[in-house]
Amino acid sequence: MFDGRVLLKQVILLFWPLISTWVQGAEKIDSCQLQVLEMLSSLGSAGGKSAKPSFVSYVTPEEIKSEKEPSRKEKHPDLLPGEVVFCSASTVLKYTQDDLSQRGVFGVLLCTNFRVSFVSDEEPTEEMLFKNKLYGENDIPLSCVDNIYGDKRKLITGGLVKNKYPSKMIIHCKDLRVFQFSLSFSKEEDAKKIFQGIVHHCLEPKSLRCLFAFSYCENTSYPGSYTVENTSYPGSYSYCREHLVSRLPQYFIVPKNVSDEDLTKYQGKGLPVCVGFYLSLAHNHLYSVKTEDLSDTLPTVQDILLSYNKFKQFFLIDNTTEFWMSDMKWFSSLDNCGWLDIIRQCLQKAVEVVESLEKENTNVLIMEEGGSDLCCVVSSLVQLMLDPYYRTLLGFQSLVQKEWVAGGHAFLDRSNHLHLKDKVESPVFLLFLECVWQLQQQHGPAFQFSETYLTVLSDSVHVPVFTTFLFNNDGHRDSLLRAESPHTQRSPLNCPTVWDWSVQFDCKAQDLFTNPLYTEKPKQDTSVRKSYRPRHLRQLSLPSSAFKTPPKKGFFKDEADNLKKILGVKRLSRWMLSPSSDSPQTSSSVREFYEAWQTKPLDYHGLLLPCLDGPSIRVWMQRYLRWIHDVQILGGGPVAMLSKVSEILGEVQELQRQLDRHGCTLTSNHKGARPRAKTAAAVIAARSSVRLSSSFPFVTSRNWAFKPAIPTSLLQSLMVTGMPGNLADREDDGGPESLV
Amino acid sequence: MKDVEVSAKPYWEIRVTKVAIAGSPRSTSTSRSDRSTHAAKTPYAMSSDNVSTSTEFSPELRGRPKAAAKVLRDSNKEEPQLLPKESVQDMAKDVTYICPYIGALRGTLTVTNYRLFFRCMDREPAFVLDLPLGVVSRVEKIGGASSRGEVSYGLVCKDIRNLRFAHKQMEDSLRKSIFEILMKFAFPVSNGLPIFAFEYGQVYPENGWKVYDAQAEYKRQGIPNESWRITKVNDHYEVCDTYPSNLVVPVNIPDEELKRVAAFRAKGRIPVLSWIHPESQATVTRCSQPMVGVNGKRSKDDEKYLQAIMDANAQSHKLFIFDARPSVNAAANKMKGGGYESEDAYQNAELVFLDIHNIHVMRESLRKLKEVVYPNIEESHWLSNLESTHWLEHIKLILAGALRIADKVESGKTSVVVHCSDGWDRTAQLTSLAMLMLDGHYRTIRGFQVLLEKEWLSFGHRFQLRIGHGDKNHTDADRSPVFLQFIDCVWQITRQFPAAFEFNEYFLVTILDHMYSCLFGTFMCNSEQQRVKEELPKKTVSLWAYINSQLEEFTNPLYVNYSNHVLFPVVSMRHLELWVGYYIRWNPRMRPQEPVHQRYKELLAKRAELQKRVEELQRDVTNRSASSTERAGSPTRSITPVQTFV
Repeated sequence: MFDGRVLLKQVILLFWPLISTWVQGAEKIDSCQLQVLEMLSSLGSAGGKSAKPSFVSYVTPEEIKSEKEPSRKEKHPDLLPGEVVFCSASTVLKYTQDDLSQRGVFGVLLCTNFRVSFVSDEEPTEEMLFKNKLYGENDIPLSCVDNIYGDKRKLITGGLVKNKYPSKMIIHCKDLRVFQFSLSFSKEEDAKKIFQGIVHHCLEPKSLRCLFAFSYCENTSYPGSYTVENTSYPGSYSYCREHLVSRLPQYFIVPKNVSDEDLTKYQGKGLPVCVGFYLSLAHNHLYSVKTEDLSDTLPTVQDILLSYNKFKQFFLIDNTTEFWMSDMKWFSSLDNCGWLDIIRQCLQKAVEVVESLEKENTNVLIMEEGGSDLCCVVSSLVQLMLDPYYRTLLGFQSLVQKEWVAGGHAFLDRSNHLHLKDKVESPVFLLFLECVWQLQQQHGPAFQFSETYLTVLSDSVHVPVFTTFLFNNDGHRDSLLRAESPHTQRSPLNCPTVWDWSVQFDCKAQDLFTNPLYTEKPKQDTSVRKSYRPRHLRQLSLPSSAFKTPPKKGFFKDEADNLKKILGVKRLSRWMLSPSSDSPQTSSSVREFYEAWQTKPLDYHGLLLPCLDGPSIRVWMQRYLRWIHDVQILGGGPVAMLSKVSEILGEVQELQRQLDRHGCTLTSNHKGARPRAKTAAAVIAARSSVRLSSSFPFVTSRNWAFKPAIPTSLLQSLMVTGMPGNLADREDDGGPESLV
Repeated sequence: MKDVEVSAKPYWEIRVTKVAIAGSPRSTSTSRSDRSTHAAKTPYAMSSDNVSTSTEFSPELRGRPKAAAKVLRDSNKEEPQLLPKESVQDMAKDVTYICPYIGALRGTLTVTNYRLFFRCMDREPAFVLDLPLGVVSRVEKIGGASSRGEVSYGLVCKDIRNLRFAHKQMEDSLRKSIFEILMKFAFPVSNGLPIFAFEYGQVYPENGWKVYDAQAEYKRQGIPNESWRITKVNDHYEVCDTYPSNLVVPVNIPDEELKRVAAFRAKGRIPVLSWIHPESQATVTRCSQPMVGVNGKRSKDDEKYLQAIMDANAQSHKLFIFDARPSVNAAANKMKGGGYESEDAYQNAELVFLDIHNIHVMRESLRKLKEVVYPNIEESHWLSNLESTHWLEHIKLILAGALRIADKVESGKTSVVVHCSDGWDRTAQLTSLAMLMLDGHYRTIRGFQVLLEKEWLSFGHRFQLRIGHGDKNHTDADRSPVFLQFIDCVWQITRQFPAAFEFNEYFLVTILDHMYSCLFGTFMCNSEQQRVKEELPKKTVSLWAYINSQLEEFTNPLYVNYSNHVLFPVVSMRHLELWVGYYIRWNPRMRPQEPVHQRYKELLAKRAELQKRVEELQRDVTNRSASSTERAGSPTRSITPVQTFV
């Protein structure tokens, strides 16, 4: 490191004349010279070990050279249809976060109605494999901005900004990227403008119409709107197609003996809606219903937000030293933030519900105040565990559409795209994806989609292009899209849904969404499938007030009493009191249920239960660690396994092809997976020039020196204090004293 | 749809299916026909403590030889299938085993000179507990006779579990309890009995003692060369009784000087070469601490010697000395005559402390870990509890140390000297891990065996003392899980690089299990000298004989041979995790229903099957069209493996 410094010092002295001319050209003499002088003085004093890099090489010879050339007029990212640039500033320095010396690249920082974008002055490097068509690696969609920090890591909140602007701006993104910009080289006016622009558009309240989706849709001819997949529900249930309640989806299912008049009584309130069922048992068991009040046993949306906010801090790294410091207390910090515990509780609740459905053959009413947060989590998890269909790409998509989008999860409020003070922001949907990831980790071959698919889906929530996650419910969506339509009242605005992945990724990149190890269900035995179909699964969106007027016609008459009883009890946030589980009784029954299931043969197309014991609930490494350079495993990680599997699958396929050519037909069980597997293999093989790392496919390691990250801090002080007696001081060879 | 069917079944059924495959004409290329001949008598040292399914269900039995598994499945007897020279010593009916997972089980307990065997017939399938006595660390009588006239015994085991039994008080006071018999055979060394490894006479197709040949291994590394020679100075273990007879030293240091250097190094353990970089000639050398003492004694010979090590590498004019200890401990050693190299005395050398704690701290850490993971995991504060054991922190420090060594050698092209106090615990961990990162050969099954034989066994890691084979003195302060820690570190690297190792998790577990089992001679004694003296190669069987006789059980199906690839694992806590498959394997809830690699193995089998069919067809085609012209699509195109890594 020291050697490097000496070298750089020489470089800078050599280029001193150049620097001054450039500085003059940029009309920034004072501050820049100051910077350079500071830089040089720091060189003189820098010696010995310093925890933080004191030397910042703002200027490398190449940059000076490029700056000398007449700069191109206006640098723009490729703007999307309907995208408008609000403001921009040139000669902004973006620090490359993965370098100890805090070097950076100069470029233009822009703020548009879609994103904050940095366009480097340097020639664009190699194309990303996993390129998102909507935004690049240096773009931050406005809704994806999480927090902005100024000098000395001061949190910037909207409204407070007057005429000042910080010299350094740190942006934390909701997809856990961290950007650090220095504004001190830009023109003062530009810097002020861009800073205020970014703060205004990213942090301050705005109206829904300002979201980019609307101007994007007006300017694209998107073919056809997405229709909710209609699963055909037979017989004893009727379709109700009236816009009874604005919160409810257009179609939903209720028992047949409930008339529409009954339903109207629930106007403005939650309504019991069936989400899945098993026909032949439907009537017999209609009245044996068990209720699960999630509000009593699971954390609230506020708890979830609180916990997640602590959790995400571990991954928003802007300083390597800090990172290695925090590494020491990693496990206890993880424990204390409670995020994994919340995941465990949701999964446990889902297992409890599954147990009631499977073992006791009862219907289950899941209820919750509001009925569209944890109800969605638990009910979709239950369906995922019970029904293999939902573990396919298409099935999962329809599950999210059904339970979350049509189910009225308030995406707009929960992600708080509009930065309104009175909305409760909470990463409930992310929590669900986390739970799915845990299931997927434990039972890989049961899922058709990959981990990458879940990660990308979690990112897409913050891309304000898709209508899927922009609204609070179906009615909200319809009315807005209709109102915004430039044409007639009858044809609402056509907007892409997140499920049209071609909007974001090309075909090759989409291949990474499938799990090469997924085995499709053998087609012949449909009878087996039936026995694993969910029996009675009911989701209830039951706001507490809904049952003040007793329902008519015996509709849920038994459980109405039950519910009243429950609601009569003052609700305590039991989760806060005893974080582990609600009662030892249920937890031990869940335990037994799991153990009984575990001893049975594993069927990837049957019931799946997660193991909930301590070590089984893990951190979603791909999502959370992908941007942190120091923890990238170069040449390793899950992709090493994936590429080998793809290779074998490719060979199997090739062999099969040879056999086919010889006219020999073989029954194959990889028919479905085969073509995809091959392309996935091709995708990975195409990258062989680039080292793959554990953050594949999100980061390519092109810029990284192949050298290991060595922890910068030692644990000595911590360790010795934790030691009993004088064990640490003793000689290696036992000696006479014996230990008890 | 064979794959699907197979995968849907529980573990033991899969194995049965496999047997069928191997026996059928469509047998895969990976299965060897010669296996069945000796597999029938293969020992199964691993015990199972198993709940409500069959015995074979636990992951540690994943690779049990199929025939042995079959034996267990078939046997409905109360007695175990005995190994050669194994004899039943005592048997007791109506013994209760108090299983922490399923509760009390009543059955028959058998003690042989090798194992404890408990079988409960009341359950379906029958419950079997089968453990080698070598894993028993202590046997305790718990309390007096209870009101029901039962006495209870606790067995503390070295493999992270405790077992509890109870049986009726003996009416005949003269008759010994079966547990007293057990104590006698569990601690043969303390009772003047031979360790079972000396009796077990199983013949395997390969002599495992021939796996490691020091000269051949050095030759593989290109030694001797112009800078390094193999010396015979320690042929009779006179210079250093804990070192092997073959030592590699700098060419220009004569044997006489080596002896003077030995006088300055603790226990005579002079710096010798462990590994040399094939291109840069940077070396990894190991030794013990210099005997500096409080007065800062110097040795011209030692200084010259280290200079010679540095000079042997033309690429760098620097030498890194890695002292594994925390600096405080290294300094404290001066009081006892030891210490560390001062940078004044050793020019161009840079001393780095790696802050790895001593064997006592490690032993304490493992004790705490056992408390946290056995028998049950407390869910609510699992991670905090885990952190409080410091176990993974120690793992991290060891890995970080090895990483720094590997980085200096690979990226810095600098030679390194590694030592701790005596150079047989932490030093062995560091050099072997660094070599594992640097040299792909050690990541193969046989290469790993060579690594263990070389860095651990021949360089005198004191297995007998650290494990306490057959010794009842369980409080011996010399015991410490140093080797377990090393294997844990290896496992952590295999987790990060799932395709870089030829061996699988079961291989590592098997090594650990047989380190305790005392069935094989491999981990007996403390040094090469002792092994020669005890004639271990003649009198005992090597673990490698057993392992190499059924390699496919230990093979990682995803292995990609990129041997020139250096592995730099990430040593952040974010990527370290507790080795559930070892430490928590007794807990039935933590067992996977399907072994992780099962699916990959199926894929490989599928590929092999298809390959065979294609070959058959090709032969067919060539035969038929022998006279006619060649067809358009050349069927002889072979499948070349895709190179996926740099």
